Amino acid sequence: MNEDSHRNGASIEGAAIVEAIKESGVEFVVSVPDLVTSETVLRRVASDSALKLVRVCKEDEGVSICAALSFCDQRALLLMQNTGLLDSMNALRGIAVEYQLPVVMMVGLLLHESAAPPAQSHSYGARIVTPILDAMGIAYEYLHSAGDEQRIAPAIERAYANSTPLVLLIGRSPV
Amino acid sequence: MKRDQCLKLIAKYHRDELVVPVYQACFEWLAIKPEAPTFTAVGAMGQASSLALGLALGLPQRRVIVFDGDGSLLMNLGSLVTIANAAPNNLLHFVCENGTYETNGGHPTPGKNKLSFAGLARAAGYRDALEFSELDALEGALPGILRATGPVFIDLKVERGERYPQNFAYMHGAESRAKFKAALRQPPHA
Repeated sequence: MNEDSHRNGASIEGAAIVEAIKESGVEFVVSVPDLVTSETVLRRVASDSALKLVRVCKEDEGVSICAALSFCDQRALLLMQNTGLLDSMNALRGIAVEYQLPVVMMVGLLLHESAAPPAQSHSYGARIVTPILDAMGIAYEYLHSAGDEQRIAPAIERAYANSTPLVLLIGRSPV
Repeated sequence: MKRDQCLKLIAKYHRDELVVPVYQACFEWLAIKPEAPTFTAVGAMGQASSLALGLALGLPQRRVIVFDGDGSLLMNLGSLVTIANAAPNNLLHFVCENGTYETNGGHPTPGKNKLSFAGLARAAGYRDALEFSELDALEGALPGILRATGPVFIDLKVERGERYPQNFAYMHGAESRAKFKAALRQPPHA
């Protein structure tokens, strides 16, 4: 975790996030729209011919789709809101954690809109995310400022190398 | 129809399709066709259809069959819409409809004898949606179904058949996942 880095820097850029996703070898992005990343990440993904966007009705579907794609040697990223993460706990428990599969998630922290660590958020829904991930033993990276995108590809590489789930938390709307 | 009789029929026509069966259908399928490339790692109730979609998208050259349960599908009805929208032409979605949560005590499912799963699939946008309650009709249609362009939904109106060993440890264990992954590395039948 690098929660203290770049705390007061400029916001992370959506274009840089998408490039980092592609650099990491991700070919499929599975998503339910997230308010934090909707404009600057999801719209770019949708228009990027190098990425295949799978629109799902509910986020736990995405956990399964990403897990299954890993059996096909295909890398995927589930792009969603923290509300969707919270709604997907049992799928994450059973499929990502217990089966030790590389389910990679990018999660916008709704109403956090801060570079402060999520655990200090004024938003209850954002504040509880990292304690839950800690309890589940799921690794996460907190991304909020320009330059943080450089941690995306190495983190995804580790997730696939170790066959473990990963959550990339987006603390404020990318620009 | 007995569910295991249906699975035996499908096994007769099955070639190299990847199979994603849930719970009781999984135990039965593993006993009926142990050599089939079978993905048992359904992990959380309701997720089989989504796992099958992931396999179908990731391996467009392979055909994927899911043997869903009605209780399972009820937990993930949105997957019907997601699958129809993604439109994988290599996915066949069977549901073994017995109107009960068989694994969890046999309690009735909501909507038992009222709901049309095929109707839902058709409305969601599946290429085709079929229902069978007679073995003869199923057998007559199976060769065509297994060659059909997906996504196709097939509702099997079933009741419990013979008892089969329930090996939950294998279903959720690393051995079954490793076996499936190894099967993916084998070339499909010509």
